[in-house]
This record gives sequence, structure tokens and C-alpha cells, in this order.
Amino acid sequence: MLDLFSNLALGFQVAASPVNLGLCLIGALVGTLVGVLPGIGTIATVAMLLPITFGLPPVGALIMLAGIYYGAQYGGSTTSILVNIPGEAGSVVTALDGFQMAKQGRAGPALAIAAIGSFFAGCAATVLIAVLGAPLTKLALAFGPAEYFSLMVLGLIFAVVLAKGSVLKAIAMIVFGLLLSMVGSDIETGASRMTFGIPELADGLGFATVAMGVFGFAEIIRNLDTGAESDRQLVQQKITGLMPTRKDLRDSAPAIARGTVLGSILGILPGGGAVIASFAAYTLEKKISRDPKRFGRGAIEGVAAPESANNAAAQTSFIPLLTLGIPPNAVMALMVGAMTIHGIVPGPQVMQKQPELVWGMIASMWIGNLMLLIINLPLVGIWVRLLRVPYRLLFPAIVVFCAIGIYSVNNAPMDVVLAGVFGLVGYWLVKHDFEPAPLLLGMVLGPLMEENLRRALLISRGDATVFVTRPLSATLLAIAAGLLILAVLPSLRRKRDEVFVESES
Amino acid sequence: MNLFVRLLRLGRFTLAAGAALLTPALAADYPTRTITMIVPFAAGGPTDVIARIVAQHMSTTLGQAIVIENVVGAGGTTATTRAARATPDGYTLITGHMGTHAAAVPLYPKLAYHPTKDFEPVSLLAGTPILILARSDFPAKDLREFVTYVKASGDKLNQAHAGVGSVSHVSCQLLKSVLDIKPTGVPFNGTGPAMNALVGKQVDFMCDQIVNAVPQINGGTIKAYAIATPDRNASQPDLPTTTEGGLPAFKAQAWNAIFAPKGTPAPIVATLNAAAVKALDDPGVRKRLLDLGSVIPEPAERTPEALGKLVEAEIAKWTPVLRDAAAN
Repeated sequence: MLDLFSNLALGFQVAASPVNLGLCLIGALVGTLVGVLPGIGTIATVAMLLPITFGLPPVGALIMLAGIYYGAQYGGSTTSILVNIPGEAGSVVTALDGFQMAKQGRAGPALAIAAIGSFFAGCAATVLIAVLGAPLTKLALAFGPAEYFSLMVLGLIFAVVLAKGSVLKAIAMIVFGLLLSMVGSDIETGASRMTFGIPELADGLGFATVAMGVFGFAEIIRNLDTGAESDRQLVQQKITGLMPTRKDLRDSAPAIARGTVLGSILGILPGGGAVIASFAAYTLEKKISRDPKRFGRGAIEGVAAPESANNAAAQTSFIPLLTLGIPPNAVMALMVGAMTIHGIVPGPQVMQKQPELVWGMIASMWIGNLMLLIINLPLVGIWVRLLRVPYRLLFPAIVVFCAIGIYSVNNAPMDVVLAGVFGLVGYWLVKHDFEPAPLLLGMVLGPLMEENLRRALLISRGDATVFVTRPLSATLLAIAAGLLILAVLPSLRRKRDEVFVESES
Repeated sequence: MNLFVRLLRLGRFTLAAGAALLTPALAADYPTRTITMIVPFAAGGPTDVIARIVAQHMSTTLGQAIVIENVVGAGGTTATTRAARATPDGYTLITGHMGTHAAAVPLYPKLAYHPTKDFEPVSLLAGTPILILARSDFPAKDLREFVTYVKASGDKLNQAHAGVGSVSHVSCQLLKSVLDIKPTGVPFNGTGPAMNALVGKQVDFMCDQIVNAVPQINGGTIKAYAIATPDRNASQPDLPTTTEGGLPAFKAQAWNAIFAPKGTPAPIVATLNAAAVKALDDPGVRKRLLDLGSVIPEPAERTPEALGKLVEAEIAKWTPVLRDAAAN
């Protein structure tokens, strides 16, 4: 315990130096901007800014890059809530209730609660890294391919639960998402699948491409539909308070706490953990809510929980990097690159050999989260005012920003064309009451699920019982089965109700 | 900030477009504008780091900025195709490696370029030694025991690699053909996850580049049996070579080199080669490369001709290994 305090003291000493404070602020600002601009992802930004950090001291460089990473989690909710465009996989579910709140004139409280929830989650998760970082590493190592596969199955069940309409349609969307995720090169043989000889499809469809299409462009097409114009004006007229009411805070507090716990645990798992976090938190809230019907119709818990979860996960995903030196996702891999360029090769000894680096970063996360709260709360007013911009001016701007963002991911014009195609697909889906969120979850989890299924079966030499004989994996599958039953039961009951209603009329 | 970067890029494109409309710059004046260096892998990876270290020094020699453009995908072949089709004026270069300019030939039957026919070799930059690694509780004590154990285990062992066509996959195919063993290959999405599985003891062994392995070896989370280069490496001085360990037939080294599109004028190639050679002689650049565990090529290995020969030799070396193994 004494160690912890002396380490933290060292960390704050490093992080509070004027240069590092400045870099932390720059990182947080850039991150917020990246999150807000639709389509421009953290990976692309960190990759672009990497060369700029070469001239900086390594600690400062990492503090800035880390700031961009978790800053983007704060900013990512903004477009989800205001214009129904999730910039990152983590903010897809935020769009479900956040955008509904905005339509009801409650964009302000939605944005504010997202910032408050993120701040609480960020602070709590940072404490977790400082206190339990090293022992928690064991959890990351205990997760083999079989466990990951079962976790992904659980993730897909979340997608069923979070749908507000027909369960059958939700399952159809998940399967469609899984199908889309299979486009590209086979991981084991390198053979092309469903690429139709188009080289741009060899690496599969990008998340940003599909998300911008089915959420962003489809929403715009729908808005330009004659009927929706009045709907839009309604939004502009009835903007109420900017800050959450006391009741909002009371409703959100437990959701934030639960989201933080779930996000912190799932964030530690390298690859995929952080993505599932926000979906899991949303599902949990919907399941334990006394009135689950409110979800998808502007429930503030539906914003608070996933936003807390994705920020907590963003923080704890640093654990494998800091304790093992193994990057759990693409952004972290870039940070390893930044360290390598500075001559620091991160590994299991990085905590002993570079304590000022590790603890400086941990302390900077606290400071960074505070800065983000201070940046984001006043911005709420500005964002909400943005909704007053006439839609005929707003939508071309959104289209242009999306197009730039999509292009910048791979510098590929084909991606922009694909996003347009998915816009049309998304419009058709909306018109026929299919929800795009399960599709995106299927698409994000698909590759992870497939890879780990094949890996697990390779290692077990084709013995499928491996998923139920490994205790961790079996537990995850049991939870998934339980959730599925819970999800299907009410819809069966509702069918009976519908029959009843029809016979009455 | 982001917008600013974006505007800068936009400026660069307009600039490039404008220059392309003018008559092609004379080779004697070269370079008169920014040079784009394509790196076919993500920023921060081993190839990217080497390219950036060398390019930074080259740009001071050439008096023009060298912008690194990371184009990822299809084991680096997407970027390499783009580079092969670029205007051969010396303003688009690529840092290729063992995969894109050798192993890709047998691995991708429909490859849209050929490493020797579509490129002018410029200069070899650095070699990265390959190590034989295993989980920390692997029973073998040294390389000889490792060989005996692996041979006796038949198909019971699991070998991790970072995906078909990756250095860890390609180099282990050679080890497997040398030892005539058939462990089950388990593909991971990149070196990080593969290393994670090895540290977590979910797989038995793998071959990987020295940069990724050294911190884990020093931390005791994995075992290393040998380095597949003729000489020991300064960053891991106690690790014996494969020759010392009784397995001289297994020699593998990942390499990175600069290429220009075919048809780039010879004087421009010479200018670029001179700048690269100068960078490799700079003590600062050398130190940074050596810190990564890289092997810096000798002066005789740095000429365009030597690189051309290396590419041919590497294609000849990997083609039978990768064809036989049927990607497994």
C-alpha cells in the first residue's frame, strides 16, 4: 500500500509538470474533436499524429496519445446523440436512446450525463489500474480462444436483447452483420471470401464505412423524406434544459456505477472486450429496469450506462499494455510503436524499469478525465445550438465530414462509395423496421468470433466440447443461454397479447 | 488539430496534382518537392519504425521532406500494388520487406505486381533476426532438446503465428520444412495477440522477430532457444545462434528495403541510394536501429544491384517452402 502511494506520488510529479499537463490537454482536446467529427477514428488520428510525437519526450508523447484515445470516447457520444451517427463501435448503443432523447428536446441532459458518466467511470477505472493492474493481468492471460468465442456468443445475445422490436428481425440483422463480417481474407488460408475480385474488399468492410452508411447516411435520407421534415423542426423548437434534472441524476447514478464495473472488467480482455462493454452495460440496464419498454425511446440510463462502460473499458484496456507490454488493440499497438521509436520496448518489466513512464501515464489519466469533464460540459450548450442550424445546411456538412472521415481510414475512395451503398441499404432497413445496431454488433464481433472458434477447435483438434469443459467458457455460455431465454420469453408472451388484441378489435 | 492535419494533407494533394500537370521534373534537379514513402504496414510496426528512422535522415540529405504514408492491407500487397503503379519519377517510394517483395510471390497467385519486374531496387535498410520461441514451461532445455522434443511430438504441438504471409508464419514454415515436422499452425491477428497466447501458454512455440520477443524473454514470460542469424545479436548476447545449437539449416532474417517503381531514372535511384547509405552510416541512425535488434547491412549489401540479387535469392528461397506447406 505504501508502495502504491509513493508510486502515485511519483506519477503525479511526472504528470503535473507544465509540459505534460499541456500535452495531456492537447490530447484531450484532439480526442474530443476526433470523437465529435463523424467517421474520423482514433486509429487514423493516432497514426497521423504519431510522427509529431517523435520530437517529444516519451512520457509526454504517451500521455498525449492516451489522451486522444480516451478523449475520443467522450466525444464519440456527441454525434451519436445529436445526429444518430456513432463514430466508434463503443458509441453505437448510445445512439439508441441518446438520439431519441435529442428528438424529445433533451439533447442537453443526454450529452451532460454522457460526460458525467464517462468522468466517473474514467476516475474509478484509473484507481483500478493503479491498485489491481498487475493481478488483473492474469485474467487477460486466462482468456484463451475458447473463452473468447464464448464471450462473443454472449455479446451476440446482448444484441438480441437490446433490440426494441421483433426478436426475429434482430436475429436476422445479427446474421446479416455476421455475413458482412466474413467479407475479406480468410484468416487461416488467406483466401478471398465474397470479394468478387475487387481488391478493395480483400481486407473486408470497415466498421466506419458500414456505420456511417446504415446510421448516418440512412438517417439523412430518411430526414430528407418529406414526412420527416416536420419531425426535424419539432426537435429545434422544443429544446428544454441543458443540464440533467435531479431526477435524471438519480436515475442515472446506479446505471453509471454498474456500467463502470462491467466496463472495467471487460476492458481488460485484449481484443473485443472493450467493444462488448457498452453493449453489455446497455443490456444489463434494460434487463433489470422495472420498465424495459422505455429503452430505445429515450431512457437516460440507456445513455449513462454504455457511456460509463466504454470509458471505463478504454482505461482498463491499458492494463495489458502497462503490465505485459502486449497491445490489446490497434490504438495500443500504435502506442507501442511510439515507445519503440523512443527506444523503449514495452514488456513485462516496463513497470519496474520505467516507473515514471507507467505511473506518469496513470496519473495523467486522472488529470485528463478531469480536463475532459471541464471541456465537455460547457460544450453541451454549443452542440445543442448546432441542432438549430437549418437542416438544409447541416446535412451537407455531415455528409462531407463523413466522406472525409471514411476516406481517411484507408485513403481508399472505394470506401466512400461503399458507405453510400450502405446508406441505401440502411434506408431500406429503417423503412422496414429493422434496427441497424444488432447488424453493427454482428459485424464487429463476427471476425473475433470466427477467428477464436477456429483457433479453439484447432488447438482442441476439432473437439467441440472444449467450450463447455473449460470452466470460464462454460460460465459465459450459461449466461448467454439464460439471457436468450429471458429475451425470447416476453416476445412469446407478447405474441399471445397481440392475438388477443386483434380478436378484440 | 485534426482539421489542421487534414488541411495540410489537402494542401499536399493539390500541390502534388499541380506539379503533375507541369513537365516532369528533371532528374538533375531531383528532388524539388516532397517525397512520399509508402509503408505497407501500420504505423508503429517494425517496418514503419525502420522506415521512419532512415527517412528522417534521408530527408535532411535530400533537402526535401519525406512523408510516410501507411497503407495497410492484404499482407502489404495492397500498398505494394499501389507503389508499383505510381509514376516512376522518384517522388513515390516504398519500404518493402521480405513479405511484400519475396514471400508474396508464392503466397498470392494473383499478385498484381512482381517484385523484380515492377520495381527498381534502391537500398537495403536493415535486417531483423528471427528467434525460435516457446512458452515459459516448455520442457526442452536448449535447441537440441527442442528439436528432439518437437520431432517426437508429431502433430501434438501448437505453433502460433501472426497470420498467413506474416514474418512469423513464413519463417516458421522454413523451420517446419527443415525439421520435417507438422505441428498445428494457429493463426492470430498480428504479433501482439500471438505473443499474448504464447505468454498465456495457450500455444507451444512460435518464430518471431527479435524486436517483439526481447522484452518478454528478459521478463521470463517466454523461452528463447536460438537466433536464426549467422552471428549472435548484441541485444540478446547469451542467445546462441541456430548454427551453434546444431541446426545450421534454419537461417531466416526479415529484411526491409527501399524500392522505386520500375522506370525511375537511374540518376534518381543513385541519388536516393546515396542518401540511404549516408543514413546507414550516421551514428545516431545506427544506434537506433541496433537498439531495435536490427542488423545493419554492410556497404557491399547496400547497392541497388545487391538488393536486386537479394530479392531474387529470397524469392527462390521461399517459393518451394511456401508452396509445399500449403499454408498450414
